[in-house]
Amino acid sequence: MKAAVIVFPGSNCDRDCKVAIERSTGAHVDMVWHGDTELPDGLDLIVLPGGFSYGDYLRCGAMAALSPVMTEVRAAAERGVATVGICNGFQVLCEARMLPGALLRNERLKYVCKAVELEVTNAQTRFTAGYAGRRQVAMTVGNGEGNFFADEPTLDRLEGEGQVVFRYLDNPNGSARSIAGIVNAGGNVLGIMPHPDRAFEAELGSADGALLFQSALASA
Amino acid sequence: MKATVHVFLKPGVLDVQGKAVEQALHGLGWGGVSGVRVGRTLEFDLAARDRAAAESEVKAMCDKLLANTVIESYRVEVA
Repeated sequence: MKAAVIVFPGSNCDRDCKVAIERSTGAHVDMVWHGDTELPDGLDLIVLPGGFSYGDYLRCGAMAALSPVMTEVRAAAERGVATVGICNGFQVLCEARMLPGALLRNERLKYVCKAVELEVTNAQTRFTAGYAGRRQVAMTVGNGEGNFFADEPTLDRLEGEGQVVFRYLDNPNGSARSIAGIVNAGGNVLGIMPHPDRAFEAELGSADGALLFQSALASA
Repeated sequence: MKATVHVFLKPGVLDVQGKAVEQALHGLGWGGVSGVRVGRTLEFDLAARDRAAAESEVKAMCDKLLANTVIESYRVEVA
């Protein structure tokens, strides 16, 4: 099994993601610089990590979405490679229009850093199959702009098509319909605001994130 | 040519920054203030053959990078 973590200038969860994937799945993880114009061969999983890519200049994720490597990430995702954007990575995927919607400033203007309980809204996706019907999982969030927004028809479509994958039980940032994570129409691109990479073993308070990486790779 | 781009959250999108600024203004005694929106202004020079060409080029820049049209609208001025 082979995974890649994309490193943008200002990413700060790239190492966390590498360690989380390695420890939870045993997969080999390559770090790929944002300026690269090719990805390693035979990838089963691509992760866009959290952080502050390009210092959040202009809009969170906007500059990263135009990075040279994103052309390859988009092409790989179109071929069906499992792709996960965590926190800032989720913002990048929205800015790249690989996922619908956008992430706004948190409703109460505060950076929110805490443990959250999530409902597994769709347990049939390739990222959640490992939860084996569990309805509730625990992770942590750390974001200032994690307030998911999409227009009403888009939200209806996301819910109707089973593209809402995770919801907050206690919405920390004002996200529309308490959405914490969504997949694209093809089901192989996941954006998630909470951090599975900070919840991959019990010592961290939760090991529920490990199951997400395991599911993603088991489906490859 | 000098281009100026104003970017604001769309009317239907909650502008929490604008809301906070509005409350601060109310706190300072300006109770008549409402509908505060906080936006972003970009200015730059642009080599273009005429105004129309410059405008359409700047609009393309807005759609591609300067604004996120999912949540923001923009206004372009070229002089």
